[in-house]
Amino acid sequence: MSDDAVKIPPALDGVGGWLDDRFHGAKGVRVLMKKVFPDHWSFMLGEIALWSFVILLLTGTYLALFFQPSSAPVMYHGSYTKLDGIAMSQAYQSTLNISFDIRGGLLIRQIHHWAALMFMVAIMAHMLRVFFTGAYRKPREINWLIGIGLFTLGMIEGLFGYSLPDDQLSGAGLRILFGVFEGIPIVGTYLMFFLFGGQFPGSDIIPRMYILHVFLIPGIILALVTAHLFIMFHQKHTQMPMKGNTEKNVVGQPFFPYFLLKGQAWFFFIFGTLVVLATFAQINPIWLYGPYTPLAISSASQPDFYMGLLEGALRMMPAWEINFLGHTLSLSVLIPGLLIIGIFFTVAALWPFFEQWATGDKSFHHVNDRPRNAPVRTAFGVAGISWYLILLLEGANDVLADHFDIPLYTVTWIARIAFFVVPIGGYFVTKRICLGLQRKDANLLTHGVEIGIIRQLPNGEFIEEERPLTEEERAVIESKHVFEPLPTAETVDSNGVPAPSARGPMGFARKVANRAFTETIAIPEGHGNGHGEPGEVEEGEHAAIGGGHDEH
Amino acid sequence: MSETPEEPLGPRRVIGTPSPAPKAVDTHAEPDQSAFSAEPEDTKHAKNAERVVAAFFVLAFLAGCGFIAAYIGLEIGQSTTPKGANAVVAAMRSNYALGTCLAIALLALGAGSLIWVRHLTPNIEIAEERHDLRSAKEDRASFKRDFAEGAAISQVTRRPLVRRTMLLATAPLALAPLVLLRDLGPLPQTSLRHTVWRKGLHAVTLGGNRRLRPSDISTPGSMITVIPEGYADDDDALAKAGVILIKFAPGELHIPTNHNGGTVVSSMNWTVDNIVAYSKICTHVGCPVALYEQTTHHILCPCHQSTFDAANGANVIFGPAARALPQLPLMLTSEGYIAAASDFVEPVGPSFWERG
Repeated sequence: MSDDAVKIPPALDGVGGWLDDRFHGAKGVRVLMKKVFPDHWSFMLGEIALWSFVILLLTGTYLALFFQPSSAPVMYHGSYTKLDGIAMSQAYQSTLNISFDIRGGLLIRQIHHWAALMFMVAIMAHMLRVFFTGAYRKPREINWLIGIGLFTLGMIEGLFGYSLPDDQLSGAGLRILFGVFEGIPIVGTYLMFFLFGGQFPGSDIIPRMYILHVFLIPGIILALVTAHLFIMFHQKHTQMPMKGNTEKNVVGQPFFPYFLLKGQAWFFFIFGTLVVLATFAQINPIWLYGPYTPLAISSASQPDFYMGLLEGALRMMPAWEINFLGHTLSLSVLIPGLLIIGIFFTVAALWPFFEQWATGDKSFHHVNDRPRNAPVRTAFGVAGISWYLILLLEGANDVLADHFDIPLYTVTWIARIAFFVVPIGGYFVTKRICLGLQRKDANLLTHGVEIGIIRQLPNGEFIEEERPLTEEERAVIESKHVFEPLPTAETVDSNGVPAPSARGPMGFARKVANRAFTETIAIPEGHGNGHGEPGEVEEGEHAAIGGGHDEH
Repeated sequence: MSETPEEPLGPRRVIGTPSPAPKAVDTHAEPDQSAFSAEPEDTKHAKNAERVVAAFFVLAFLAGCGFIAAYIGLEIGQSTTPKGANAVVAAMRSNYALGTCLAIALLALGAGSLIWVRHLTPNIEIAEERHDLRSAKEDRASFKRDFAEGAAISQVTRRPLVRRTMLLATAPLALAPLVLLRDLGPLPQTSLRHTVWRKGLHAVTLGGNRRLRPSDISTPGSMITVIPEGYADDDDALAKAGVILIKFAPGELHIPTNHNGGTVVSSMNWTVDNIVAYSKICTHVGCPVALYEQTTHHILCPCHQSTFDAANGANVIFGPAARALPQLPLMLTSEGYIAAASDFVEPVGPSFWERG
């Protein structure tokens, strides 16, 4: 190495020495600089969420310098002459002022709103990446749970954020919030009266949401993001199944300078993209909605997209209400408003533990799964996505009905049926596709890759030319993790006693789950030359269906 | 650097002058990791990349200057724009200028950084060993021993009286924050059951605050929103007391006298001259029902599409709302204006636990 290239400027060296005298950092920081980060495009998704959050903090602080979180009534005589002489809250007036009287205010407001959407999209994409690659497995379950917490907090933070300007649309959203929570048995009305300081709308909700939105929730999010990153840092990032990547190493480029430069580039790209959106794609033009009044509403009132599943669930639900011991139990609000999202987050949170229980897998995993190699997980994820999307689309059923000229009630009925049918169908189709792709992998190992040349042998026979897999391709396919089925109730130990975990109804449930999880297409042994015995892989009971996906 | 002794007396050197003894760089490098070369393999390619990166950074600089210029040059708002200038146009122009400059600056910085790391730095990949997360057996054992020892020294295991009374002491303090939240709002009590409507309170138009005679609603089939007189500025009252008036052609209105499981909640003699009044607050989650289809007499809530049949006691015919819109009894005052004959006889708006 040329000495010239690594000489440190004396001034910087002096600063470094000064700091090290006080913090003893040279050794530790050196380790951090050399910290290896594996590289894969999908690892940048979480980073989008991180940088969006940073941009949210920056822009939000700026907005807070001008926003007045107050419901106090004022008469507007500002720059936006169409609302001249209209009574409104100070909150709405100051949002108008930010938009029309403060240079850059509209830009920052729109960056802030777009960054919130980007934050939520990125969290979802990141969660899906983590889910489908099994990156939540031991030892990363806690970070998975923190991620779900961040997702939930992001939803609440966003809801409070777009409710603050006190425009017509946001007021309608708060009315719905009040109406949904009012329905909670026993405590619902109390909760809402405490949150709103009395009946809807009252004058307390704006300042209360404000302090939650700018202080409490972002504080918790910041703490959780920090924990999320520290845990990731400490446990070291997962890596994709590739040649040279093992459970015992982490392959990639050092933090300094590679990750630093790439992170810097990524931050500027994300920020730049948000600014492009904020400049050219108008978002939440509150001046067009007007100030909130309780008796006005517009059609196509939709929340921000991350609330869409709640909106869709509310629209989809049939009118069910029962009287429970002299009390009103409003199922048509409770089921869509609380139960569905509760199920969603609970299932997501419990999934890593459920998978461990079903597979009996207690080992550490640092190399990610290919989605096809975990068919139950992948199929379940696809079912979840389709469920979510149906709810999201139903949240815009009036817009869909309008655009596609379908009767409104028909859209809702389609959604009601699809809500049950599509996820189940999606599960089975995805699982078959996964097994089909595994079968294709097994074929590749035994046959090699068909290269598209057909050769005629001297005896007249036609054969298709194949080349053996490269080391890299082989390593990817062979990364598959095969689980042994758990001992079942029929399997007994030497004393004739079945394993305790296999007994009883839970044992039966575990047996069923285990059978689903362990269904796999075995990787053929002895595939050294790429021309093993033709196609003798374990076909299982679904060979006919799986064969359909066996394309080359 | 730790071997450099701290000089006890006086400033070491004047700021801005070179350090008297530039220290050799302590690389701390293991021999196997110092083999990287910062020299590019292809000098010509690197030179080109360097120029491109610099060009992007210069572009970012210019765009950043443009941002500041646009901020100073494009004023917005009522007080600063010339008379008659449209504030929206001024704000949009400023937004486009500021946003375009900022976007170019940021994207150029991003592009420059990316080309820098992709084309100027050598592509080095290293492998780091992944250590077991689980601590070594002996470490766990000594941790357990030390913990048990500490617990024993603290006496917490041996003196249950201290332990339990301490827990007891914290219990009310843990509840204290919840207690403090009590005054966030009043208790609901019966406030959700009532609105401000009372016998003889005139219905006035929303926005116009005009009293109405039956003859003012001339065309059958139209729907208008009315509010209680004197409450136009009281959002809390309006959020529950908004009412829709619908006039029917003779014979079109069929209000069942009895629905919702036997509870008499609406009545034909609450109407005035074929005008019926329903609560405007949806019984689902409380949006104002706003869309009325004259031919079918359907009232639609735009939020979640609960649909009510106005000709039949505002019964639900589609959507998630579980109850009909409550009907407000109407009467005519001595001057012939439409007024409420009483408050609603059932709670308006969404369902709640105490509703019964």
